[in-house]
Amino acid sequence: MRKEFSATIGDIAKDDSRIIFLTGDLGFMALEGVRDIMGDRFINVGVSEQNMISLAAGLASEGLIPFCYSIAPFAVFRPAEQLRLDLGLHNMNVKIVGNGGGYGYGIMGATHHALEDIAVVSSFQNFHCYIPYCNEDVQNTVKSMLQYKGPSYLRLGFGVVPPSIFRPEFSPIRKLASGDRLTVVGLGPAILNGWTALEEIGDHSLADLFVVSEMPLSELSEELMLSLNRTKKLLIIEEHVSRGGLGENLALFMVKHQINCRFIHRVALGYPNGLYGSQGYHQKLCGLDPLSLAADIKTLLK
Amino acid sequence: MKELETYKKECLLNILRLYKKANAGHIASSLSCLDILFFLYFKQMLDNDHFILSKGHAALGLYVVLAAKGKISSDELETFYQDGTLLAAHPPCSGKLNGVVFGTGSLGHGLSLATGIALSTRYTGKNDKVYCLISDGDCNEGSTWEAALFSGHHKLNNLITIIDNNGLQGFGSTKDVIEMAPLKTKWESFNFDVYIAENGNDLDCLQKVFKSIEFDNPKPKCIIAKTIKGNGVSFMENKMEWHYLPMSDDQYFKALQGKIT
Repeated sequence: MRKEFSATIGDIAKDDSRIIFLTGDLGFMALEGVRDIMGDRFINVGVSEQNMISLAAGLASEGLIPFCYSIAPFAVFRPAEQLRLDLGLHNMNVKIVGNGGGYGYGIMGATHHALEDIAVVSSFQNFHCYIPYCNEDVQNTVKSMLQYKGPSYLRLGFGVVPPSIFRPEFSPIRKLASGDRLTVVGLGPAILNGWTALEEIGDHSLADLFVVSEMPLSELSEELMLSLNRTKKLLIIEEHVSRGGLGENLALFMVKHQINCRFIHRVALGYPNGLYGSQGYHQKLCGLDPLSLAADIKTLLK
Repeated sequence: MKELETYKKECLLNILRLYKKANAGHIASSLSCLDILFFLYFKQMLDNDHFILSKGHAALGLYVVLAAKGKISSDELETFYQDGTLLAAHPPCSGKLNGVVFGTGSLGHGLSLATGIALSTRYTGKNDKVYCLISDGDCNEGSTWEAALFSGHHKLNNLITIIDNNGLQGFGSTKDVIEMAPLKTKWESFNFDVYIAENGNDLDCLQKVFKSIEFDNPKPKCIIAKTIKGNGVSFMENKMEWHYLPMSDDQYFKALQGKIT
């Protein structure tokens, strides 16, 4: 998604001189175009994520709109206190961009994965997290993120959407496909594995497919509540740890609305065998791959 | 300067009175930098200039000076440390206190925040200067040196870092904990113009040093102000424990001796 992100930010920055782009020395083969368009408004701050975030807070306090780019774990965990204090508590309009959420950096290994980012960032005051689900969704998501004048985190991943799937405008919870026997809810691009799982089974009409692209949830959508009350079967898919993730968020609102479902919750389990591989390898170990999800769907339909 | 000394003395008395009223510590931290804060607000900074107190634990030193400048009312100053106050032990992060844009309290943030504001003038076209007061403890933090590297590289000559160099930190002297010497050489090697205020608790000395700053030279500035922790209260001076302790009644009266005329 970072190419789509670069194109989007380049377009926006052309018309808005308040946008300042900071990168923590990353962006090779992705941000060169942004650098060329933005000129002195593009700064490589070096490998210094803590400074990058507080520096951005200082810029934002003077009315500028800084974007801070790194790969997801370095954008979130290294400067966590700077996010919490200088952006969150002060409600500064700074946009954090983390590339490769979840197991996105695959064989790069655990240091490069971000499995707890949404839990950490969405627990900070005033922060909203945005998770586009496919490449084509990046532009809308970034524009929606800019509508929110407070601290934001954009989790970029990898997601190529099949042409047959519906692509709605951005909203925190969106219905991508309709079916009648169960409800599948996924965090960002993880929903696409749910779609592929239905393809494996050979019947797209089995499930309502919902993608969640903004966290923490502020409420369930009417459409999602209707679906849950109708199917009473729920599959939750998130490439994120269970604690503080989509499932826990959903559960709270389901209790609030007295919605009771049979459910299966697939999450990032970390490194259960201590070994490393591609994003697909890790998804498989966690049961997040389409084949495992197809088995889950069959289990729920029994 | 003589009239200013009278105002400054009022600030000192307010510091002692309010810490006593609150039964609170961090007294010596505020006393260490009172002269610097007072000098910046009354002699150095222009209306549009910015100030960041990176050593947030000296908040009361800042509050009394902001009150002396009329930015905080005397009624508000009296709410220090009380439930429902904006004037907590460390400056507020809410943006609601006049004169305080950034709350601090965790060391190592101030210089990056100040660097961001200093950098912003390149885009906004403003001529503001940014003053940032950091402590010896701040100099232990890696993020402080990240900010120093950045501002040196980008030649932010509108950024003025002042080190409240009293030689004591949270749980020992800098010499014993993390030796910072040669401090001047360190900052010079990060591409700062470095000035030394041999007596950072003296307004005349501060005046001379700040007057000598060459702002046209394209480098950020660092002023190493040699100060005394607990300055002005003899039994607190250079004593680490007065980073933490509140005063007993006897100690408060002793602290006031010779200060009330």
